[in-house]
Amino acid sequence: MQHVSPIREPLVTGGKTYADITEDVCRQVEAKPNVRWMMALGVSLVFLGVFLYSVYRTLWFGIGEWGLNKTVGWAWDITNFVWWVGIGHAGTLISAILLLFRQKWRTSINRAAEAMTIFAVICAAMFPVLHMGRPWLAYWVLPLPNTFGSLWVNFNSPLLWDVFAISTYFSVSLVFWYIGLIPDFATIRDRATGPIARRAYALLSMNWTGSAKHWSRYETVSLILAGLATPLVLSVHTIVSMDFATSVIPGWHTTIFPPYFVAGAIFSGFAMVLTLMIITRKVFKLEDYITLEHVESMNKVITLTGSIVGVAYITEFFIAWYSGVEYEQYAFINRATGPYWWAYWSMMTCNVITPQLFWFRSIRRSLTATFIISIFVNIGMWFERFVIIVTSLHRDFLPSSWVMFSPTSIDVGVYVGTIGLFFTLFLLFAKFFPVVNMAEVKSILKSSSGVSHTHNPGASLHGTAPNNSHKHD
Amino acid sequence: MTSKKYILGVFEDEDVLLDAIEKTRAAGTKIYDVFSPYPIHGIDDVLGIQRSRLPIVAFFCGLCGTSFALWMQIYMLGFDWPMIIGGKPHIALPSFIPVTFELTVLFAAFGMVITFFIISGLRPTLKVPVMDVRSTDDKYVMAIELKEGTDISKLNDLLRSNGAIEVNEKEVVK
Repeated sequence: MQHVSPIREPLVTGGKTYADITEDVCRQVEAKPNVRWMMALGVSLVFLGVFLYSVYRTLWFGIGEWGLNKTVGWAWDITNFVWWVGIGHAGTLISAILLLFRQKWRTSINRAAEAMTIFAVICAAMFPVLHMGRPWLAYWVLPLPNTFGSLWVNFNSPLLWDVFAISTYFSVSLVFWYIGLIPDFATIRDRATGPIARRAYALLSMNWTGSAKHWSRYETVSLILAGLATPLVLSVHTIVSMDFATSVIPGWHTTIFPPYFVAGAIFSGFAMVLTLMIITRKVFKLEDYITLEHVESMNKVITLTGSIVGVAYITEFFIAWYSGVEYEQYAFINRATGPYWWAYWSMMTCNVITPQLFWFRSIRRSLTATFIISIFVNIGMWFERFVIIVTSLHRDFLPSSWVMFSPTSIDVGVYVGTIGLFFTLFLLFAKFFPVVNMAEVKSILKSSSGVSHTHNPGASLHGTAPNNSHKHD
Repeated sequence: MTSKKYILGVFEDEDVLLDAIEKTRAAGTKIYDVFSPYPIHGIDDVLGIQRSRLPIVAFFCGLCGTSFALWMQIYMLGFDWPMIIGGKPHIALPSFIPVTFELTVLFAAFGMVITFFIISGLRPTLKVPVMDVRSTDDKYVMAIELKEGTDISKLNDLLRSNGAIEVNEKEVVK
């Protein structure tokens, strides 16, 4: 047993017992889908339809359906790719880095956040694959022996590093998420009544019985996976930032990119976790597990990473001036005062100013304010990537080729469509999988539920266990 | 077809359970296994479970990943089809670091998880032999294998006096 300071707020409120946790989390898995869920899924499927239509147009007529031109060869596609990958990072941060730091508040949000990671990476992967134009040849990015004269892939290219980083990140996150789900699938399996549910969850639960030996190994595996996922998540956005930083385009060629992108990724990811969790806790009545304490903790992370991002913006400007390189200076002056000034100042307002409101405790603990600010952060981080990519490209070294970028309806369709894809996957997850990690919440219940547990019959039983806690520390 | 019989002691509190495990083992009774809905801290010591060697597996799988990635990149770009890219040497080790790191993580994670599944017998099955279904909900179950000539009533007394709320018998056909 560990000692928990009395000034800490309980992480599980409402005097829950172990059975209550099982009941509350399994409820929506076992119940018939409710009307609100059906409506949300319906809307998501409409957007998924938009996605499929836009993908059809992109593949049938080619990349010309997008608004790209000779000067701006990368625009919404890579913006959306970086935006989605960044969102994914919060899930791994919560489940891996907070596990290494022994932050107990991660337990009730890590499941949904990891699911968000996986779905966000799926959405992200759509963009580079579609930008290939011929996605059925996507395997060409792999170092496979081939009939073109054994010409191998270029291991010096950051775009190839991305292939390895994103696919490793996706598969390791999926394994980490699945390992966490196994004990909870076993719980659902042992409660299931229908023949299909019983068999489906039995298959998913991988023969799990909850044996002490298995739990011991399980904890070791979780800890090592967290130790592997932590540098992995930092490496992924570092490599994504190198797609830009290793080029020689003014505005991209800076060494600040890796830390700045990682901070931005965590910033946008936590905002997305908050957006999703505020809705999920309400719809599935999980207010006792995802408490204001959790929301406040996440808001503190947003304030920290938002401030890091703000400092990075100012540092970039300073270094552009201090470098004495006129192209670099022009790129930044053009960002703030050029034709894309509105994108730059939207980014500054959403990312630098709004999160500073969280210095006020009342705003940090207000669900409405948090929800609105989390949306602002999501918008701001999209603009950040748009500003970095489009403003650096649209006025290149030759003024005769200066152009503006304007997206086509297919550009918008692919982007909005991936949001539909994301929510379709998330809603299916929320219905059929346990959205809160029951086993982990149960393991912290005794130390941080705010009530002393006397749910065993007869106080005399406590007498048979004379405070042996110090022995099992 | 062999069948084994187990005595199951059902507990409601983790501290009572830990104490009962110690007392049961002190009384010379061998515990077959303990089932719980979540990992109980300190149970490894009282049950005498050795520390898992899975981190060693992860380390060596990671090492395989590192070696494979370095070999692959050096062989492909350095020997099989050397090309000058950006004026760099054929074997440009600094730019091989990202792929080497990613494959190290990939091999270590998958190697360890696959080993964990194999040694723990975790595989998809349609029917899972659970001793007591409440052990994945809110109860802790201590299972003791019944051998020929074991005194059931003595075991029953031992478990009950150490805080078990129920003592059941279960036959498992293998």
